[in-house]
Amino acid sequence: MVAGPWPGVDPAWSREIDVVSTSEADPAGTERRWHLLDNGDQLAERGLTPRGTLLCVHGNPTWSYLWRTLLAAGSDPVHPWRVVAVDQLDMGFSERSGTFRRLADRINDLGDLSAALDLGNRVVTVGHDWGGAISLGWALAHPKQLAGVVLTNTAVHQPVESRIPPALRLALHPAVHRWGTTTSDAFLRVTHALAHPPLSPETRAAFMAPYRGPDRRAGVGNFVADIPADPSHPSFPALTGVSDGLRHLKVPALLLWGPRDPIFSDRYLKDLIDRLPHAEVHRFEGAGHLVAEDRDIATPVFEWLADHAADTAPSTEPSFAGSSSTADNDSTAAADPATQPFWMAMTARAAGVHGAETAVAEMSADGSIASSLTWRELEDRVADLTAGLHQAGVGPLSRVSLMVPPGVDLTVVLYACLRLGAVVVVADAGLGTRGLSRAVKGATPDFLIGITKALAAAAALGWPGRRISVADLPSVQRRALSVETSLAALSERGKHRARTALLPTPDPDAPAAVLFTSGSTGPAKGVLYTHRRLGAMRDTVAQTLQISPGARLVAGFAPFALLGPALGAVSVTPAMDVTAPRTLSAQALADAAAAIEATVVFASPAALRNVVATREHLTSAGSQALRHVHLLLSAGAPVPESLLTEVQRLVPSASLHTPYGMTEALPVTDISLTEILSAAADAMAGTVLGAGNGVCVGRPVHGTRVAIIPIAPDGTAPANTPGTEPGVTGEILVSGPHVKETYDRLWLTQRDSIRTSGWHRTGDVGHLDATGRLWVEGRLGHVVSPPGAALTPVGTEQAIERLHDVGLAAIVGVGPVGTQAVIAVVETIPPVRRPGLAAPELAARVRRAAKDVGTEVSAVLVVGAQPTDIRHNAKIDRTRLSRWAASVVAGGRPGRP
Amino acid sequence: MKILVTGASGMLGREVARVLVSQGHEVTTFQRRPAHVDGAQDLCGSITDHLAVRRAVDGVEGVIHLAAKVSFTGPAAEFTQVNVEGTRHLLRASREAGVRDLVFVSSPSVANTGEAIAGAGAEKADPDRAHGSYSRTKAAAELLALAADAKEFRVAAVRPHIVWGPGDTQLVERVLDRAARGRLPLLDAGAALIDTTYIDNAASAIAAALHRMEHIHGRALVVSNGEPRPVGELLSGMCAAGGVAGPRWSVPGSVARAAGTLVERIWIVAGQKDEPPMTRFLAEQLSTSHWFDQRETRELLDWEPAVSLDEGLARLAAHYGGLPSYP
Repeated sequence: MVAGPWPGVDPAWSREIDVVSTSEADPAGTERRWHLLDNGDQLAERGLTPRGTLLCVHGNPTWSYLWRTLLAAGSDPVHPWRVVAVDQLDMGFSERSGTFRRLADRINDLGDLSAALDLGNRVVTVGHDWGGAISLGWALAHPKQLAGVVLTNTAVHQPVESRIPPALRLALHPAVHRWGTTTSDAFLRVTHALAHPPLSPETRAAFMAPYRGPDRRAGVGNFVADIPADPSHPSFPALTGVSDGLRHLKVPALLLWGPRDPIFSDRYLKDLIDRLPHAEVHRFEGAGHLVAEDRDIATPVFEWLADHAADTAPSTEPSFAGSSSTADNDSTAAADPATQPFWMAMTARAAGVHGAETAVAEMSADGSIASSLTWRELEDRVADLTAGLHQAGVGPLSRVSLMVPPGVDLTVVLYACLRLGAVVVVADAGLGTRGLSRAVKGATPDFLIGITKALAAAAALGWPGRRISVADLPSVQRRALSVETSLAALSERGKHRARTALLPTPDPDAPAAVLFTSGSTGPAKGVLYTHRRLGAMRDTVAQTLQISPGARLVAGFAPFALLGPALGAVSVTPAMDVTAPRTLSAQALADAAAAIEATVVFASPAALRNVVATREHLTSAGSQALRHVHLLLSAGAPVPESLLTEVQRLVPSASLHTPYGMTEALPVTDISLTEILSAAADAMAGTVLGAGNGVCVGRPVHGTRVAIIPIAPDGTAPANTPGTEPGVTGEILVSGPHVKETYDRLWLTQRDSIRTSGWHRTGDVGHLDATGRLWVEGRLGHVVSPPGAALTPVGTEQAIERLHDVGLAAIVGVGPVGTQAVIAVVETIPPVRRPGLAAPELAARVRRAAKDVGTEVSAVLVVGAQPTDIRHNAKIDRTRLSRWAASVVAGGRPGRP
Repeated sequence: MKILVTGASGMLGREVARVLVSQGHEVTTFQRRPAHVDGAQDLCGSITDHLAVRRAVDGVEGVIHLAAKVSFTGPAAEFTQVNVEGTRHLLRASREAGVRDLVFVSSPSVANTGEAIAGAGAEKADPDRAHGSYSRTKAAAELLALAADAKEFRVAAVRPHIVWGPGDTQLVERVLDRAARGRLPLLDAGAALIDTTYIDNAASAIAAALHRMEHIHGRALVVSNGEPRPVGELLSGMCAAGGVAGPRWSVPGSVARAAGTLVERIWIVAGQKDEPPMTRFLAEQLSTSHWFDQRETRELLDWEPAVSLDEGLARLAAHYGGLPSYP
C-alpha cells in the first residue's frame, strides 16, 4: 500500500516492519505491520556512525512525512543522526488494525516497535500534536535509552477548570465527529489549512496520500475520540501518567512552538514549561499548528542536539539558574552590589531620618499633587500589597502583567511583585493593539493587573491571566471583565496578614521582569531580566549619572520612572498621557519639577519636542522651577542637536544627556550636549580618525564595554571576533552586568544574540572613533548592499537632512543583495501631497548631498511623512518603506508607504 | 588582429570599429552603405548575401557581429531574414574561414518577458517569450551563436542595454523629437529604474569582449553603465541636454501597453513610414524597471565604464547645445 514518491522524502527511507503487538487492543500474538521513514540503513551504507536516534511521532491527522526535514538533516554527514519517523497504527501507511487504540495502547505500541528496531541507548523523542503525549509516554517508559525530548505544538494536560479548544470540541461533537473525521476528509483538510504560509499542492497531496477513502480514515476519527476531554474518559489516567511523570523528566528538552494554533495555544506551552522548567523554548511568531511545515525546525533541532552533545546520560539538570548558581558564583555574588535587593535603597530610606519625606508623587492637570507617599508609607504599602498578592496566589515566578500607567500605583505594585519574586511583564501601549496583544499572549501571564481600560482590552482580546483591577470596581463591571479582586482590596487584606519577612528574598538569578522591545524591527521581543541584572541596571544608572539617594527626579519616561525608589530618589510623574509622550507640556513638566524641587528630569525626545513647542505658556514660577534642574536625560530615540539646544534654554543650569541603549541593555553609552557639539566639530574638521558618519552616542557607561564586528559587503557581520579599531564599521556588541539575561521563549534569537561569547550582539551598526566614542550608523538589517561595499544608512541620511527643504530622510536598498540600487526616500518641507518620484531639481540636490559623503543614489522618492513606529514616533519602518520603494521603482503605482 | 565588424554604419558599430582601429587592429567594416570609419577598410554588402559574407570573413581572426534589423516595428519576416538567417550565414562562413573568435552583439530584451527587472544577471535568451519581432529574432540568433561556440571557434554574446549618445537616432533623437512635439508620455510617473549604456562604454565593452574570449566564450553578458535611474529623470535629463521641454503627461503603464499594441497594428496595416508614437516594446521599456547586476560582467571583461551617466548627459548637452544638468 506504500506509494510514493513524496516531495522531500528519499525513497530509501521508507520501510515496513512486522511487530508482534503486546497492546491490550490486540489479541495476544497479533502481528502488526508498521510503515516508517528510517535513514538508518542509508547512514550505514555511507559509513556514517549516528550520534544517536531521533524517534519522531506524528499526531493526528498527519504521518511520518511531517518529519522529512529531520531525516534529511540526520543524513547530512556533518551531523549524522538516525531518524526514525513512525506511522502510528491505523495512521499513515501503517496497518489498519480495525481496533480502537487508546493512548495507553499507542504508547505501548511504540514500545513494541522500538524494541524491534534497536534504537540504541541515546534516543531523543520528537513529538507533535497528540504524538507529543505518545512520544513522552515512550520517553518515561524508557529512561535508560532517553537522552532528550523535543516537542512541537502539543499538550499533555487539559486543566479541569478550562474547557478544551473550541475547534476540538466541534470535532468531538457526536453530530460532527464521524462525518467530520472519517466519512469525509474535512478534518484532514482543516488541519492542512492551518499552515502559514499555505502548503504547496504537492505537500498537501503527500499529507493526504495515506488517508484517501473513509476506510483509510478510521484511525483519524478514533484518534479524535480518544482525546480525554474530562476525568471520566478512559484515556484520562494514561494522560495524567504522562503529565505527572513529566515533572520528573530531567533530560534536555526543546520546545518549538507555532503560536498561531487554534488548538494548542500558548497556554499549553505554558503548561509544558511549568512541567519542564529547564526546557529551551522558541516561539516562532507567525507560525502555527504545523510548525514543522511553517518554519525550518531541522536547523534548530540539530543545533540543540550539538549543544547537548555532552549530555549522554539522563542525569544532568540544566535548570534555569544552573549555570550561575554554583558555589563559585555564590562567593562572587556576595561581593556584587547588584545582588543587593532591588528595593534596598527604598527600605533603607523608609527606616532612616528621611522616612517622613515624600518618596513618590504624581501630578494632576491643575498643577497640584494628585497623590503622594512618604518613604515610610511607600514601604508599608509595598509590604501590604506583597502580602495581599501572595495570599491571592501570586508567588515566586508567577508571571504578572502590569498594565498600569506610571505613577504611585504602578510603583507600589511593581516593587511588591519584585519582592515576591514574581516576574513582571511590561508591555506598553506603544506596541499598538496588535503588537501588545501578541506580546501579552506570548508571555502567558498568570495574573493581569490593570486599569479598567486594560482590563476591557484583556476581555475583548482574550488575554490570559487572572484579572486584578487597580481600584475597586462596581460588581457589574467586575463580573463583565472577570475581575477577581483589586489592588486596594489586596492591600487592605495584606495589612492584616503576616508580613513579607516570611518571604525569602528572591534568588538573584531568578527571573524578575520581561520587558518588550519596540518591535520596530519585526515582532516585539520579550527581554528577560533577573534580579541581579535589574540591580546592575540600577547601579549602572546611579554611577553613570551620579544619581544618589536623595536626588529628586521628574520621571517623564516610563522605564526610568520605575528606578526612582530603587535609587533612593524622590520621583514625581508629571501630568501627561504616558502612552503619548508628546502630551507633556512645558507647564506640566515645570509643575512636577516645582512639586519636589526636582534636580533631574527624564523625558523622551517626543515629550521634549512638545515641551519646547509649548514653552510660551510657561508661567514665570514654572520657568524658575526648571532653573533648578541640573541634569536632563532623554532616551529612547535619537535626539536632534537642534532640539537639545532649544531645551537647554528652558533648563539653563542643566547638563543635557542622551544615553544610548536598547531594551536589552539600558544604557550602553552616554553623551552630553557639550560632547555632541565637540563630536560634530571633530567630524567637520576630520582630525579625529572615525569621527563622523553616524550619530555620536558617546562613550560606554560605567562597567560597560562596547566592541565592533566588521560588516561584510553583503551587509552581514559574519565574523565572531570583536574589535575596537577606530573607523571600522560593523555590528555593535555590548558587554556589561546589566545586559539582559535572555530573550523570553526565543531560544534561537537568544542563541544568535550571544554567539560571540561574553557579548550581546545588538543588531545596531556603527563604529568607534580614535577617542573611544561610539557612532551609530543604523540597524544591521537596514544596511544597504550596492556593488562594492555595504552602505550604512545614517551618515547619508544626515547629509541629505541638511537640505533646507527635507525633513526625515531614509536610505533603502532595492534589488538583490550585493548589487542593490540605493534609493533615498525623503520627507519634503512642506509635505508633498502625492508620494512618488522627486522633481529632477530636488533629486539632483539630494543626489549631490549623498555623493558628498560617498553614496551614489539611484532614485530619489518623496513622501509627505515617513512611516514611523508608535512608541517613539521616530524610528522609520524601513521594512515597509523599502517594500514600497521597490514597488515604485519597479514601475508600480506609488500609493503611500 | 584582423577584425571584421558587421553593421558599422550604425552608431554603435561605427564606434566599435573606431575603438578597435585606435587599439591598432586591422579593421574591416561590412554593411550595406559605406561606414567611413577612419583607418578601417570599408566593405559594402548585405548580411543576407552569402557570397558577400563569405568574402568578408576571408582571412579574418575575429568578428564582431552588429548587423541587424533594429526597429520597434515592421513585418516579422524581415526581422527573421536579417537577424536569424543573417547570423546563421555569418556563423557558418566564419567557422569555415577559420575565424577564431566571434562576438555577437545582442540585447537584454532577448530574455525580457515584460516583467520588471531589478538587478538580474544575463538570463537565457527566450525567443518564445521575448516581446516584439526584434527581440524574438535576436533571441533566436543569440541561441544559434552560443550553440556554435567551440574550442577552435569561440563565440560570446554581449548585450549592451539601451545604448545612447550624441547623434543617436534610436533613442535620444526620438525622445527629443517627441518631446518637442509634446508627445512624450511619462509612463507611471516615470519612477521605473532604467539602466542605460553610454555609447563609449558599450563600444569599449564589446572591444574588451574580443580580448577576453578565453573567459567569456559560450556565455552572454549584459553590459550597462551600472547606474540605474528613474526613467522620468533620465528622459528629463536628455531633454534638458537637447534643449527641449521635458515630458509632461502621464498614462498608466497598462493602458499604454494596450494602446501600444493597437497603435503598432494600425501602423503596420496602414504602411506608414514613420515609427508609431509608442509601441508595446517601448512602453514596457519605459514603464517597468530594467537594471542589471554588473559585477560579473565587469570582472569577466576586466572592464569599467569610462563615461558616467552625468558625464554622458554633459556630452549630449555639448552636442545639442542644451543644459548639461540641473544646477
